[in-house]
Amino acid sequence: MPKKSYRTAINEALRQEMERDERVIIMGEDIAGGMGTQADNDAWGGPLGVTKGLKPLFGPDRVLDTHLAEISFIGAAAGAAATGLRPVAELMFVDFMGVCFDQIFNQAAKFRYMFGGKAVTPLTIRTMYGAGFRAASQHSQCLYPMFTHIPGLKVVLPSNPYEAKGLLIQAIRDDDPVIFFEHKALYDMEGEVPDEAYAIPFGQANVSREGDDVTIVAFGRMVNLANAAADALGKAGISCTVVDPRTTSPLDTETILETVEETGRLVVVDESHPRCSMATDIVSLVTENIFGALKAAPKTVTSPHAPVPFSSALEDLYIPSQAKIEAAVRAVMEGGQRKAAE
Amino acid sequence: MASGLQLSRADLLEAYRRMRLIREFEDRVHDEFAAGNIPGFVHLYAGEEASGVGVCMHLTDRDTIASTHRGHGHCIAKGVEPDGMMKEIFGKRDGVCGGKGGSMHIADLSKGMLGANGIVGAGGPLACGAALTAKTLKTGGVSVVFYGDGASNQGAILESYNLAKIWNLPVLFVAEDNGYAESTASSWSVSGSQVKRAEGFSIPAREVNGHDFFEVYEVAGEMVERARAGGGPSLLHVKLNRYYGHFEGDAQTYRMPGEVDRVKQAMDSLDIFRQRVVEASLLKTDELDGIDDSIRAEVAKVLVDAKAAALPTEADLMTDIYVSY
Repeated sequence: MPKKSYRTAINEALRQEMERDERVIIMGEDIAGGMGTQADNDAWGGPLGVTKGLKPLFGPDRVLDTHLAEISFIGAAAGAAATGLRPVAELMFVDFMGVCFDQIFNQAAKFRYMFGGKAVTPLTIRTMYGAGFRAASQHSQCLYPMFTHIPGLKVVLPSNPYEAKGLLIQAIRDDDPVIFFEHKALYDMEGEVPDEAYAIPFGQANVSREGDDVTIVAFGRMVNLANAAADALGKAGISCTVVDPRTTSPLDTETILETVEETGRLVVVDESHPRCSMATDIVSLVTENIFGALKAAPKTVTSPHAPVPFSSALEDLYIPSQAKIEAAVRAVMEGGQRKAAE
Repeated sequence: MASGLQLSRADLLEAYRRMRLIREFEDRVHDEFAAGNIPGFVHLYAGEEASGVGVCMHLTDRDTIASTHRGHGHCIAKGVEPDGMMKEIFGKRDGVCGGKGGSMHIADLSKGMLGANGIVGAGGPLACGAALTAKTLKTGGVSVVFYGDGASNQGAILESYNLAKIWNLPVLFVAEDNGYAESTASSWSVSGSQVKRAEGFSIPAREVNGHDFFEVYEVAGEMVERARAGGGPSLLHVKLNRYYGHFEGDAQTYRMPGEVDRVKQAMDSLDIFRQRVVEASLLKTDELDGIDDSIRAEVAKVLVDAKAAALPTEADLMTDIYVSY
């Protein structure tokens, strides 16, 4: 199978869906770049080149540079979706949801319910998230728990190139509003990606490691750190299951509960802040439903309750690391031993 | 003067019917709210009929409108059935939105009515999106957004002017200026003028008397045709008055004593319409009275049916959230 980057996988998904369905359009700030200039009209392809090459293929009517004003173009994408197009809008950094959240959570997310099931809003919003780029507090947040909180939205967190392509194709074909989170530190990650179009269904977790001692549930980029931690711990005699839910809404609760029932121990790895996070959500899910199966109290590995810092010295401390995941796994193993000894 | 007087007999009758239907519908909702029969927040359009109808007489189902919290009149002007609307306002299962939206969220996409909206100014971007669909799919459709003087200060609306212009979208911005953003005067809260604001975006704009159906109809017609012909957005600043409060229950102590009565006597949109068509010998008084009688009976029946209709049940609580999940 050919190896491709996360960036190429996303570009390929957009291209193939635009070829398949004329109603699919893409729009965003600098999504091509250079609009109105005398020089290159496909200058950027988005700030990190993810959509490069699509404008020459599909033209300015289907690859729309927007003005730099998120309320109106994100809202226009919602309005276009409710009236017959299948727009893929790019919200450059998810931090900018603060500018345009009304159009997402009060409008697009609620059309179907408020209008008695008669609205169909096939809107995809692609957005960059995550720390590690020394991009500081307003360009590094995760924020997917805030979207997960909203009924009517679907929330997708691909952890590798294969998932990026298949989940984006599913997002575009899906008839509900989808927020598609791309971790900015993953764009150069390489992985096996089929050339043909394929859709990965939402709400179906991928179990990337199978083990007996601890279940690690991790989201987005953290899945890769969890896999590395599991491999390292395996050499030390601790065997881990790693669950990549792929989507936080819908959430594959069944796979999470089944694997925790098997191992009896849970660590959740979530790059977002600790309060009202996916980490607390998964711990709550497990303790409410299968408390009796737990051999130790669950542990969470998250960023702290602080804005993302700029200085590399601070940001490296801030982001959940493989070492912190390994420490959390060892801690739940010890917790279990204490319980057994009592 | 006004080209509206050249409307066909059938169109004149239809315009009057819609305006009278809005007035009667809103007056009855006012009574029912006062009697404690309607839950939630209700904002009435009585007094503003010539605006919604004057614009929507130019539209068909392929055209879309985005509306406001004061949306009943826009719905009726766009052809949404009053029966489903009244049931919705009463929170009934057979309401046009299954009782899940209520007064502030009535929508009927089959009629191109994209929804009343509880968020002031939010319709601007949505209307740009509907216009983008029309332009991309070459439907020939035009997209209208109604919004108030309060909303005209929202970033969502001002951004929409810019987006509609740079994308050359078939959008008509209708700023319905009833003089008050809730209880605050637009003369105080709106800096500059609506027309000059639009002109600052190179969008053609006109101010019209919103009590005069024919004036609204004529200018809106030019603007809708410009949009349909690929000429991009326009802005219509409609000066009008509301007869009831911002919301039902508003004691309106910010209005001068007798203010509303003077408007009703001097410039009621239905009175002006009647006077104009009768003077021009286009319609007869008894035909207009006949419409009044039939509308009164129609709304009375709609009200009886809405009261008798069934409420949603527990089985409805968790449906219609997603297409699939």
